[in-house]
Amino acid sequence: MDLQTITYTFVGATFALYIGIAFWARASTTGEFYVAGKGIHPVANGMATAADWMSAASFISMAGLIAFNGYGASVFLMGWTGGYVLLALLLAPYLRKFGKFTVPEFIGERYYSRTARIVAVVCLILASITYVIGQMKGIGVAFSRFLETDYDTGLYIGMGIVFIYSVLGGMKGITYTQIAQYCVLIFAYTVPAIFISLNITGNPIPQLGILSTMSDGNTYMMDKLNLVVSELGFNEYTTQVLGSKLNMFAYTLTLMIGTAGLPHVIIRFFTVPKVKDARATAGWALVFIAILYTTAPAVGSMARLNFMNTIQSGPVGEVTSNIKYENRPQWFKNWEQTGLLKFEDKNGDGRIQYYNEKNKEFAAKAESYGWKGNEMIKVDRDIMVLANPEIAKLPNWVIALVVAGGLAAALSTAAGLLLAIASSISHDLLKGIFKPDISEREELMAGRIAMAGAIALAGYFGLHPPDFAAGTVAIAFGLAASSIFPALMMGIFNKNVNRTGAIAGMVTGIGITMLYVFQHKGIMFIPDTSFLGGMSPNWFFGISPNAFGCVGALANFAVAIGVSKMTEAPPEHIQHLVEDIRIPAGAGAASEH
Amino acid sequence: MNKNTDYWKENLRLVAILLAIWFAVSFLFGIILVDTLDAIRIGGVGLGFWFAQQGSIYTFLALIFVYTKKMNDLDRKYDVHEDDD
Repeated sequence: MDLQTITYTFVGATFALYIGIAFWARASTTGEFYVAGKGIHPVANGMATAADWMSAASFISMAGLIAFNGYGASVFLMGWTGGYVLLALLLAPYLRKFGKFTVPEFIGERYYSRTARIVAVVCLILASITYVIGQMKGIGVAFSRFLETDYDTGLYIGMGIVFIYSVLGGMKGITYTQIAQYCVLIFAYTVPAIFISLNITGNPIPQLGILSTMSDGNTYMMDKLNLVVSELGFNEYTTQVLGSKLNMFAYTLTLMIGTAGLPHVIIRFFTVPKVKDARATAGWALVFIAILYTTAPAVGSMARLNFMNTIQSGPVGEVTSNIKYENRPQWFKNWEQTGLLKFEDKNGDGRIQYYNEKNKEFAAKAESYGWKGNEMIKVDRDIMVLANPEIAKLPNWVIALVVAGGLAAALSTAAGLLLAIASSISHDLLKGIFKPDISEREELMAGRIAMAGAIALAGYFGLHPPDFAAGTVAIAFGLAASSIFPALMMGIFNKNVNRTGAIAGMVTGIGITMLYVFQHKGIMFIPDTSFLGGMSPNWFFGISPNAFGCVGALANFAVAIGVSKMTEAPPEHIQHLVEDIRIPAGAGAASEH
Repeated sequence: MNKNTDYWKENLRLVAILLAIWFAVSFLFGIILVDTLDAIRIGGVGLGFWFAQQGSIYTFLALIFVYTKKMNDLDRKYDVHEDDD
């Protein structure tokens, strides 16, 4: 069977499985639509949370970022796992004890204010929509490769499938489907990693492979990689930083607190039967996430090594070391078709030269070889994971499996996010505020319409994404970090923060973060609309817009506590509410009010 | 009421200790002290690099499970645990 047929078979079979499960566990009541009943075991819930969590950004994009940023990409590894510690220790058990369906519901009640609830809904929607845009980029990449079309067509088809898939299910369907999706995606991620690690280092465990020597010698694999990249003028893999140390610190912190503030993850902890289980669920979720995250550094570094070696197969400077364009491998041709990989023969020698032309010292050397600039004019980092098994010449079924895994990751997260958006619009805005007498049927319908709107909007921005999938997702984390996390944490740990303080804090936090992001990336990510004129990039201590959420979060804490000191303390019954959620005893099931 | 206050204090102390470790393995070992720790080499990579890309994640896992265990014990000690089935 050729690759195309096997890919269609794999993707078709897994999709049939998901849709089957979604249909079998279809939600019929609003309760099931939002939180999937109460009977889900922490291990199963942890697995579903992991699938919900690990999106196109984790599966498709992250290893590509690691491949090209080396040590600098550690911010994603630490940031997207360390957040679970915050979630488990600071939020999950208390939110479970509180026992409602949505995050704005908690904020509205704790801060005894409908305004606070509306502000929370707006923050939640901004963060979630940005997150879905990142998913759309990943979905576009995966579908364009799978169907061998250009990126835009891939994106349109992907939008259609996400629509059918998530509008049908609701949380109950999504939870069971996500368990299946986790299995598919983790298998798809680790199998090629094991093969490649075995090829390169002879060690079948990728986590140990990166610490091993090359199978054909005594050099350590990482030393070899450092050598290969620096010979072509690129930064040394294990020491290159992302911006600066301060930027990396801020970036990691933003991703961590953003993780703990993302509504589609928090919502998971409402679905466990007990407070005890909420703690355990966070732990199990991280176990399943860590399997992928500790494998990713191996996938990234080995993909980079194979990629470099394909183009530059021998000593730098020898003419025959550079591969002839007409001899380029099949994967190269496939990715050229998507427009995500581009070659231009600048010196007209019919061979490919790939090097860092921005490195002045090396550029001078390159000229002496007769090279006239870097000829790989576009290498979209988001293609690395999908191209990886092909570059390593693994069998066709492994390549097909990776495509199916990437789609599973993107779909499961998109569905979870869309559900969070739908519930905040239909449950918090419509039922909670504007139309309390709405029937269950109408509420479900409103939720489904909100999902469709969100898909269309995210797809539109997905045509011109502000960054790589993982970068776009990082912006979403900044928004969640600066608005939702501080409000939740203070709601539990500080009895004195009142209505006015919380609202002022959320508005300040998300406001500062959005201003900084839009100033750098354009208003609503439309290029060239930055409004303060030509400021130097990353002007605030060199912190990049993606990493800015933690600054917004600090401002949020400071403003909320300051304003609360100057205004009236929260009423008596709110103080009792806070005391009550701090203690596990007496937790009922999640309920309507 | 007093009992609940003590429970909360003990909880906060546990959380503070665990978060200190959380900060140390990621921000301290993985970013701030990375160049110093990289002098210690394990299998071709520096220890700082290893913490940033592997070690911190394993530690995070341990932290959550320690927290879960300790909190469940604490719930029983102060008799604020949920009813068992």
